[in-house]
Amino acid sequence: MRGNAEAHELIAPGSLDAALDLLAGAPGQWTPIAGGTELMVAHAAGRLNAKRLISLWGIPDLRFIETTAENIVIGACATFHDLRDSSAVAADFPLLAKAASWIGSIANQSRATVGGNLVNGSPAADSSPALLVYDAEIELVSVRGKRRVVYTQFHTGYKRTVLEKDELVYAIHLPRRFAQHRQYLRKVGTRRAMAISKVALAATALVREESVCEIRVAAASLAAFPARLYRTEESLIGHVLTPEIIQIARRALLAEVVPIDDIRSTAEYRKSVAANLLEEFLVSLKTGGPQQ
Amino acid sequence: MSVARQAIEFFVNGETRNVHVPPMKRLLDVLREDLYLTGSKEGCGEGECGSCSVRMNGELVNSCLVPVLQAKGACIQTVEGLACDGELHPLQQAFLHCGGAQCGICTPGMLMAAAQLLANNPRPTMAEIREGLAGNLCRCTGFKRIFDSVLSAAAQNELPMASETHAR
Amino acid sequence: MSTHTKTRIVGSAVPRKEGVDKLLGRARYIDDIERDGMWHGATVRSTIPRGLIRSIGFDRNIDWSEFAIVAAADIPGHNHIQLIFADQPCLADGQVNHCDEAVVLLAHPDKRKVREAATAVKIEYEPMPPVFSIEESERQDVIVWGADNVLKSFLLEKGDVDSAWTGAAHIEEGEYRTGAQEHLYIENNGVIAEYSADGGVTIWGSLQCPYYVHKSLLAVFDLPEDKVRVIQTETGGAFGGKEDYPSILAAHAALLAMKSGHPVKMVYDRMEDLAATTKRHPSRVRHRTALDADGKLLAMDIEIATDGGAYSTLSSTVLSRATLHSPGPYLCPNVRVRSRAWATNTVPYGAFRGFGAPQAIFAVERHMDEIAAAIGIDPIELRRRNFLHDGDTTATEQVMREPVILDQLLDRALAESGYDAKHARFAKENRASPVKRGMGIAAFYHGSGFTGSGERNLNSLAAIDVTADNKVRVLVSSTEFGQGTNTVLTQIAAEAIGIDYEDVMMAPPDTGIVPNSGPTVASRTSMVVGKLIERACLQLVAQLSQNAGLSETFTREEFFAACERYRAAKGEVVSICRYEAPPNIFWDDQKYRGEAYPAYAWSIHVAQVAVDTVTYSAEVEGFWAVQEAGRVLNPVLAGGQIEGGVAQGIGYALYEKVLLQNGHMVNNQMTNYIMPTAEDVPPIHVYFVEIPFSHGGYGAKGIGELPHDGPAPAILNAIRDAVGVSFTSIPLLPEDMFQKLAVSVAVREAAAV
Repeated sequence: MRGNAEAHELIAPGSLDAALDLLAGAPGQWTPIAGGTELMVAHAAGRLNAKRLISLWGIPDLRFIETTAENIVIGACATFHDLRDSSAVAADFPLLAKAASWIGSIANQSRATVGGNLVNGSPAADSSPALLVYDAEIELVSVRGKRRVVYTQFHTGYKRTVLEKDELVYAIHLPRRFAQHRQYLRKVGTRRAMAISKVALAATALVREESVCEIRVAAASLAAFPARLYRTEESLIGHVLTPEIIQIARRALLAEVVPIDDIRSTAEYRKSVAANLLEEFLVSLKTGGPQQ
Repeated sequence: MSVARQAIEFFVNGETRNVHVPPMKRLLDVLREDLYLTGSKEGCGEGECGSCSVRMNGELVNSCLVPVLQAKGACIQTVEGLACDGELHPLQQAFLHCGGAQCGICTPGMLMAAAQLLANNPRPTMAEIREGLAGNLCRCTGFKRIFDSVLSAAAQNELPMASETHAR
Repeated sequence: MSTHTKTRIVGSAVPRKEGVDKLLGRARYIDDIERDGMWHGATVRSTIPRGLIRSIGFDRNIDWSEFAIVAAADIPGHNHIQLIFADQPCLADGQVNHCDEAVVLLAHPDKRKVREAATAVKIEYEPMPPVFSIEESERQDVIVWGADNVLKSFLLEKGDVDSAWTGAAHIEEGEYRTGAQEHLYIENNGVIAEYSADGGVTIWGSLQCPYYVHKSLLAVFDLPEDKVRVIQTETGGAFGGKEDYPSILAAHAALLAMKSGHPVKMVYDRMEDLAATTKRHPSRVRHRTALDADGKLLAMDIEIATDGGAYSTLSSTVLSRATLHSPGPYLCPNVRVRSRAWATNTVPYGAFRGFGAPQAIFAVERHMDEIAAAIGIDPIELRRRNFLHDGDTTATEQVMREPVILDQLLDRALAESGYDAKHARFAKENRASPVKRGMGIAAFYHGSGFTGSGERNLNSLAAIDVTADNKVRVLVSSTEFGQGTNTVLTQIAAEAIGIDYEDVMMAPPDTGIVPNSGPTVASRTSMVVGKLIERACLQLVAQLSQNAGLSETFTREEFFAACERYRAAKGEVVSICRYEAPPNIFWDDQKYRGEAYPAYAWSIHVAQVAVDTVTYSAEVEGFWAVQEAGRVLNPVLAGGQIEGGVAQGIGYALYEKVLLQNGHMVNNQMTNYIMPTAEDVPPIHVYFVEIPFSHGGYGAKGIGELPHDGPAPAILNAIRDAVGVSFTSIPLLPEDMFQKLAVSVAVREAAAV
């Protein structure tokens, strides 16, 4: 344990309003901590720079999963176990349930939160590809009120988001319009469990009479933050899925992504596997076999 | 800067416990240093090995990643709370009979993970057992006899429910 | 005699002797233990791989008077860790030769303060050019050890290799590489040390060999034998990683205890343990092999190079075992093995389950499959044509006087794994499937116990005594760290005397109490120490018969009554036994000829592997291990050893990579040093064929290391079977497989433009 427990203030305001007041009172001074599965690792490594922490754990206003006719709304402090337990999420957003089951381990899933996963902003974030292809919207809250950001706009750079200094992620809104879509999510890690993504690809697509009407493709670990692959999507929209189109889409992906070499994997490997994952999905659309 | 200690009350293995510690002290360190419950171990400090696993409010957590303030009022079960009145818990019996423990350092956390699994899923499939234990690394056994132990305990089908870990 | 008689306790699955404590969470590992007035220690380590130490600076913002500070000058005896040679300093003095080498030690009552203070000690260096690989060391442009960078070399010769090339129908060459591997015991290294001017040094610690630590401390402190006491605490995994390293840690903690006047605890965290302690030697093995038209071996010319790191430590003995295992379980009239251990500026490599054999067996068993493919013979058939049999001689001219049943083991392995049917099925299914499956095998032996005259040199001593409250104690320095020492030795004792398993306990592994029965290494405990215990027990019974009226058959009550009578007359009830070598063990250390090992365990491994061509990753779907290792003393423990060793071997092959930058391990966390989880291990099927070995405890031979020898070659052979591409280097990660497998895809992509 290389951290110093006595060097970090941690308070549990107990309510969302109290937490927001604190953030507004001293903008940039407080770091929110939810389940701690990121920050406590940094703490143990002696790398937790945040000296003043606000615990969001146990604030009921932030931990919920609500279903309306149009949306499912997931509170920022819903854990990945909560996601897996939700029949609504399983029914409408199976990729998200799948991603939740791939977070770390059972013990991590009971503490890691969706909000924490997004705010941490790792390019390898497990929930992000699914959220991107489901048109997620992020609702942010501060003493000044609430605002929404399309998730595709949430990340602005490596571990940087649009969050203001006094803002928290309040909830993630998912529109319930993907029931007819073909869906795909695959994560490639160093092993089957407890693996940070080397590359992950998510996709949702509507195919009518062999032609691609809608397509969303998103990836983790292929750029500075999880992102949609717009050029890859453009290469497919309105086209019939012939072998030639599939090859064009592969090449579009290869040209679009900018992975790096790092401690876990290489750029070349990531690119090549991402293209393979895309092809795997597109071929499954042709054959009509269910991917999910 | 030295942060003030706080009085924190929680329930461990059915007993009310009070500690006076910095809020960011790890639950693992509080269990081991303040409560002298050294059954939970530190193998990595990063939430990867699971040897610090305990059950908190009916969920499995890596106690090395829980700031103790977040355990305020929680019901916690550690390996020391498994056996009852000197009688080994069925899981412990199974591990002893099937060879689920070799060096024993992963065993407390592994028992917690297995207890958690069986509390929610009394008759798990092999795939479910593998998933339930995937967060607990064992370097000695190759996991096989741990799987056997869990299957053996599950077959007995007379396991304490999760609610027994809550005080009062 | 004892090996073939029916037994009550030996051979049965009695529960682990210390099992209940472990399951209750009551077993006390070193970090669970506190001593009154205990301080904590921390280590200041080198940040460069090689250079002169110019200055050591202490940050002025810290009140250093609160700390005990130790450097090389404080060492009362010799500044070296006595192993085989004495080239490794206890603390760097004037020069560092690897990253993370210990330079300064600090102690303080506050564990956090001492750790922070360690980061406030600044060492200035004058860097010297480092050497980081076998090839760099071989070039000898930069000499970093001795006169020529060679830590050790061997030459083993049988027949006349050079005359075999002409006239050979086939000549095949290959080069095979293995990477470093970390033990990843779940309990990190740790000790507590106490020092007093009168009492000397006392050590409690997580360790395999109390007497190795004892010996090292004698030199560091210049103390007589009775002034150093080493006590093993419950040890959470070792695998060889706590064979020699604890001597360093113990010396460090003891020096701090001496300087501070307080007991000192030093327990590494994971990052420090991974970066600073020993790992498996990386290797490069080259084969050149001559065969006749029927695929029978005519000559094997083998060149072995290992990376020993900055100091010699155990490199010579690892190299020895690699050398002696490199020709494989085959009959070959002409063999030459030239082997060298090379020094580099990296953390010294050390003992790890298998100890040179996994490296050598990876090479020869991969090479056999490469030969088979090149000359068009089935790899199974190629092996059968060359297996050693009873009466054959090995590369060291050792005659196989004990049965060699490789064919039988192979038949069993093929049958249990469904090899033939699967092989045929996969060949068909692979054509249309993105997941390609294959089957692969490895055949090998593992020499039990120390090489040649090693056991004679150890001259082990073991004892049995009986306490006043009717407990029979086994007194050995052999330690438990999960593999079952406590259980099998007490089983043997209970059986040999004729009492109950519950009547026997282990004496504390404390050099102040137990004799030196040798280190707990080399798969020698059941075989050598078990035999000593067996003899000591029979000797005790004889003593009681002669002196205390114990009749020929007796109940356990009569036994203990006789002990009481004996105690009344003699004062204590104890029986001591010294090692006796089996007959006909002659070993020439110079010529590397003769009986290399007193016994061999034999094994066949079969791996079923699936290669996903979408992700270029390989997974083991099934694994079968068939072995003959003498008598199985406890089926649960023996099975557990095979399963655990196979799992580590799978990690060695496909998951575990040590990433070094500038000689420092950068993936020194569990999040990025990857071992297989419960979701990654395949079903592992284990089968024993028992041929009792008369010179082993109740017929046992060594078993602990055997299972780590086979998985890597079996898996890579299966991958070759699956995808038709040859990989010759481990760890084999998807990124490596991608390099060769993706070529065809790239060509297709380029063509489509």
